[in-house]
Amino acid sequence: MSDERPGTVAQVSEAGPPMLGLREMELNFGPQHPSTHGVLRLVLKVDGERIVSARPDIGYLHRGTEKLFETETYPMVVPHTDRLDYVAAATNNHAYCLAVEKILGLELPKKAQYIRVLLDELQRISSHVLWLATAAIDLGAITPFFYTFRDREVILDLFEDYCGARLTLNCMKIGGVPDDLPPGWVERVRAFAEPLVARFDEYEDLLTENRIWKQRTIGIGILTAEQCIEWGVTGPPLRGAGVKWDIRRAIPYECYPELDFEIPTYPNADTYDRYLVRMAELRQSRRIVLQCCDWLLKNPDGEIRAKAPRVIKPVAGDVYAAVEAPKGELGFYLVSNGGNKPYRLRVRPPSFINLQALPEMAKGHLVSDLVAIIGTIDIVLGEVDR
Amino acid sequence: MADENPAPPPAPPGDGGKPPAPAPAPPKPAAPAAAKPAAPPKPKGPVATDASAHPVVARLKEALPDAVLSAKEFVGQVTVEVPAARIVDVCRHLKEREAFTYLVDLTAVDWKERQPRFDVVYWLHSFEKNNERIRLRTGVADAEACPSVSGVWLAANWMEREVFDLFGIVFSGHPDLRRILTWAGFQGHPLRKDFPVEGIDTGAAIYPDRYPDGGGPSPDDSNRKVVS
Repeated sequence: MSDERPGTVAQVSEAGPPMLGLREMELNFGPQHPSTHGVLRLVLKVDGERIVSARPDIGYLHRGTEKLFETETYPMVVPHTDRLDYVAAATNNHAYCLAVEKILGLELPKKAQYIRVLLDELQRISSHVLWLATAAIDLGAITPFFYTFRDREVILDLFEDYCGARLTLNCMKIGGVPDDLPPGWVERVRAFAEPLVARFDEYEDLLTENRIWKQRTIGIGILTAEQCIEWGVTGPPLRGAGVKWDIRRAIPYECYPELDFEIPTYPNADTYDRYLVRMAELRQSRRIVLQCCDWLLKNPDGEIRAKAPRVIKPVAGDVYAAVEAPKGELGFYLVSNGGNKPYRLRVRPPSFINLQALPEMAKGHLVSDLVAIIGTIDIVLGEVDR
Repeated sequence: MADENPAPPPAPPGDGGKPPAPAPAPPKPAAPAAAKPAAPPKPKGPVATDASAHPVVARLKEALPDAVLSAKEFVGQVTVEVPAARIVDVCRHLKEREAFTYLVDLTAVDWKERQPRFDVVYWLHSFEKNNERIRLRTGVADAEACPSVSGVWLAANWMEREVFDLFGIVFSGHPDLRRILTWAGFQGHPLRKDFPVEGIDTGAAIYPDRYPDGGGPSPDDSNRKVVS
């Protein structure tokens, strides 16, 4: 354990059999590295340029969130969940609220469900375009960054107009949503989402048939469907391996059964297919956003909150609820002892669990491909370390 | 471990279908008798029911008769109580015979005063069985080892490391049981109920000459203080 002190930049390992007559070298990748998307440290064993093994070292951003949950009353937990996956706060809020509503037995009014789904899908678009921007910049394509941030900016402005915050949204409450939609907001979302498909085409023009992009991603970081399931990997990596599985359809919540959308899958389980899955998901999310807008325009009146008790004190018991977050299955396991604070609240973080498969994906690739592989998992260290 | 009846103060979740006590107690109605004419004790929320008839549980009982202590259904989620010694067999059975190929989550709960002190919780998913899910729960005493299921699902590796790090539960047979979120040399297990929320003074910055880099005072060291 003493050999993995941070600060040793590179050291030659004396142990282990030499490969190709050369000694393996141990190399620190991160924690301060522009393409680790936060503070992720990887201890690599390399044979020349080739990775023999990669060992993630995490915890640099550990804030004891699960401990803090136990000290806050149920409504006070919601803002803490924003800080898990801080580029997709809406889905974090949603998963937590679902867990509490499940144990309280609350049925949400239709309008609240549609607002929630609308926020979720806007969040998914913003998270996926952010992924696209950063993953492309990791591989040297700087243009998509500027293009995608144009759209993300509009989404963040819309969030700001709805709930006052751009990143840490705190946009859901136990039993519904905190506020009704501002006047004209749905029309603005619609006006933004309608022409969005041209933007997605633009991103695809930049990358999908781009020779460099294809060379850097096809066949890189393969994780087959069996491996995904064995490692518990969910979200776009699982669908990029050809498994048609999405919590929104598999274990439906809110109004998703009423909405018309598809689950895109691609068969090759490599970085390129995971990129294609995310691009297809952008289009599906846009479809859902439009359907939600239409519904909300047709039904402007209605309750936005269920009759939640003033003081939330669920009965003793345990419950798990999950949503399809942009990164995969995000779940909350809530243990209540009948008090007004969660006795234990566990986050099932998709980033943490997907990151676990990184050594499997990186084995045998070049160091430069590791950057593509870290990018393709789409981790947010706030959620990995909690 | 053999005796698994959790009686002490903090009632563990879903133990016997009783909601927490504060339902209208019988001795009271003496004074405001007219106000509530013998209202049936309405449960405040969902109630746990017995789930031993659930097909998966029934088949599990048939294959491993001593492995099922109880089975409860609460808000549509089935929880099976399993003795720690049989957890690997149960997981193998569920994975290989019942197609629960995906380990969704593995975590622990600290019931400070209860014996055994911890619950280790497993949450399994089956793609083939129409997305069915089942939860396993096993009681583990303090300083007792829980058999590792990382040989059954690779995904359990980091989850068990996290539980070891934050609760101090040792998983026997784990290939690489190291701390994962806190650093090597950290003293204490933050998610235990007796660990202060404010954190502890790890001493690493204050006594660099006395404690190794990244380490800190052990729990019985007089220099170890609660921060707040």
